[in-house]
Amino acid sequence: MRTLALGDEILLSVEKPARYLGNELNSCHKQPDTADIRFVMCFPDVYEIGMSHLGMQILYEMFNRREDVVCERLFSPWPDLHQILKEKEIPLFSLESQQPVKDADFLGITIQYEMCYTNILQILDLSGIPFFAKDRTEADPIVIGGGPCVYNPEPLADFFDCFYIGEGEVRYDELLDLYGKMKKARTGRKAFLLEAAKIPGIYVPSLYEVTYHEDGTIASFTPESPEIPEKIEKQLVLDFDQAPYPAKPLVPFLQPTQDRVVLEVQRGCIRGCRFCQAGMIYRPTREKRLETLSACADQMLKNSGHDEISLSSLSTSDYTKLPELLSFLMEHKEKGVNISLPSLRIDAFSLDVMSKVQDVKKSSLTFAPEAGSQRMRNVINKGLTEEEILHGASLAFAGGWNKVKLYFMLGLPTETKEDIAAIPELAEKIAECYYEIPKEERNGKCQITISTSFFVPKPFTPFQWASMLPAEEYLNRAGILKDTLKQQLNQKSIRYIYHEAKETVLEGVLARGDRRLSAALLAVYRKGACFDSWTEWFRPDLWDEAFAETGIDPAFYIERTRSTEEILPWDFIDCGVTRAFLVREWEQARKEAVTPNCRKQCSGCGAKRYGGGVCHEA
Amino acid sequence: MKLRIRFQKTDSMKFIGHLDTMRFFQKLMRLAEIDVRYSEGFSPHPIMSFALPLGVGVESTGEYLDLEVHSTDASEASLQRINTCMPEGLLALSYKQLPDNAKNAMALVAAADYLIFPKQGEMQNLAEKIQTVFTDAPAFLIRKKTKKSERELDLKQYVYAFSSTEEGLFCRLSAGSETNIKPELLLDAFFERAGLTFTKTDWQIRRLDLYGKNEAGELQSLDAYGETIW
Repeated sequence: MRTLALGDEILLSVEKPARYLGNELNSCHKQPDTADIRFVMCFPDVYEIGMSHLGMQILYEMFNRREDVVCERLFSPWPDLHQILKEKEIPLFSLESQQPVKDADFLGITIQYEMCYTNILQILDLSGIPFFAKDRTEADPIVIGGGPCVYNPEPLADFFDCFYIGEGEVRYDELLDLYGKMKKARTGRKAFLLEAAKIPGIYVPSLYEVTYHEDGTIASFTPESPEIPEKIEKQLVLDFDQAPYPAKPLVPFLQPTQDRVVLEVQRGCIRGCRFCQAGMIYRPTREKRLETLSACADQMLKNSGHDEISLSSLSTSDYTKLPELLSFLMEHKEKGVNISLPSLRIDAFSLDVMSKVQDVKKSSLTFAPEAGSQRMRNVINKGLTEEEILHGASLAFAGGWNKVKLYFMLGLPTETKEDIAAIPELAEKIAECYYEIPKEERNGKCQITISTSFFVPKPFTPFQWASMLPAEEYLNRAGILKDTLKQQLNQKSIRYIYHEAKETVLEGVLARGDRRLSAALLAVYRKGACFDSWTEWFRPDLWDEAFAETGIDPAFYIERTRSTEEILPWDFIDCGVTRAFLVREWEQARKEAVTPNCRKQCSGCGAKRYGGGVCHEA
Repeated sequence: MKLRIRFQKTDSMKFIGHLDTMRFFQKLMRLAEIDVRYSEGFSPHPIMSFALPLGVGVESTGEYLDLEVHSTDASEASLQRINTCMPEGLLALSYKQLPDNAKNAMALVAAADYLIFPKQGEMQNLAEKIQTVFTDAPAFLIRKKTKKSERELDLKQYVYAFSSTEEGLFCRLSAGSETNIKPELLLDAFFERAGLTFTKTDWQIRRLDLYGKNEAGELQSLDAYGETIW
């Protein structure tokens, strides 16, 4: 039996002790002292969120397959435990061995969203690891970051020893081999980081120097010596069928947000929506073969005992063998396995599948037009027409559905009042489709939900140069939407919810920030900010104070339209699509011109050079 | 076909709550390839029920769950399959077939045995204190709070045994839907009246077994209602 890091009196006083036990089915318990390398892998949010993340499970299994590595998990302690750990000076521990994180060789942190940045500092703080990479000694782990946010790692640059840019399956073996060798030779962390920086995809921020113009923009970004690469190439899996996947998924006792087998069917997206970072950085789109997927699904169901399976990918409707995959899954349905469908493009085919696997009366349909007017949808390159939406809705209503969810963004580049008003107008037209059905065939009233988030420009998208708006203006735009809605005939069938504006502004600052933000991040953490992605813990006032004290003007990061000549903080990364393509798309957007998807016509984004995926489909 | 499984829940598993344990057992049946019957409807779930929820922090060597299956292997083979899928702290102890007309465990529960022992250090002999404070007292009145009301109870009616052993304090308490007495209720009052302090976190509570009442009105371990499958 393992000895737990926390005593009974602590475990019984915190909200959910199951978060801190590490005793889940399929968790891997190797003795840390039997392996050369102890890798603590952290998702900096609460357990239930982190345990639903597929990427972490992939790497967990991949690392633990190595005999010389023991990989253990770590999540953010909830504020109740945070306080106890501080008061009692208990060092933060990994779940499996319950040993201090500080004693590990690596602390790997997956960075999935900007609002978790303060949670990263919490992890370092509670572990007793110096915040700044420059202050760490041989007694500290190598702190490495990965995940989508590292496509602009600069706001976090001072806190990390290195970042892994791209898909983790590719270069970690090389990195761990190097570490194992150098650890035995006792060469020390500096020498290791210098060697690691030569592995493709590994970025060691301390080896690069940044200078600034007087106006605050970047003047130069250069490696400190010629042997360090100027550009960091993102890493990507080419043979997706052979890529590791969690054959033995961890099964938590505490219900995670995804309590089911997750089958990743493809990576990347052919659509090229101009606001979407994932659609750019995961290019080219790669599919898994049907046979691979069915074997994976069988194995994961068998090893986890889950009674539900879901598909994961961007735009799952674009998976070329979707009908075959779904009919394979339907066979499982007969064996008592529920199927949880991702949001599919609504057409006769998907509705037929949905009616077979879901209770029509309970389930709702999801459309993500992202913008209300056709003009705006052309700007963002969302190839979904009003006709398609209304046709899909009519089919669905005829099939017995009466709940529809609509997702939109407000504050997109070039947005006008008319574009905003077009959102409730589209909802109104959908409602009208419903009430065209004869009364006796209707299933009560229809319930349409409009949900808007505020647009945040992300690095490596055609909108990376776009400006954002101040928080008041976002709320003003939500107000226009609300007012238009109130004047409509079917307003009672339409509900409107919108996202927090202050959080959006902050996300915008962090998404396109630079190294100078690290001082503000540390300041705000010291003031008590943590769990910023949780509405109940988010304290915008602390952020305002921290920005003021550290001389950061958020407007510099969000309210400026950047010139395409400007050196952007993330320009040192080669993300696969070329800058020329992004500039072209930014121009096309302003011309309201649509770019066809990858299967229709190649737009020369640059991803073809990898030699795989959709670019080389027969 | 109805089955009853007895299992223990100890070590770190004692921190896993009742609902989370139930969800795990649903998965376990699939993992161990037990041929469970599912309910009808759009989201079928395995037909199984637990005898009596166990509080977070309490250990048990006598937990029960009933389930319905289409078919089954012998007890020993099934137990073995179940136990290879069990994480640290869970262990199935018996796997028995119930008569078709058997009442389920939840409806049967009438009493529970508990052992309460110090987490650290020696067990102090409290036999004399029990004698004077509890056994010799004409009544042992306490106030029991429920969600709706608070009522006075004479615990002597509901505590069927109470003794001090080398291992710890042993008690057999009324349990189940009629009057469910948690061991803390007895301990709080006993320690207070004995002039001692009861610091809950210093003591480990372990449930030892659950009982139903047979036709003769005698308590009978829930394990004794079933037959081993050969």
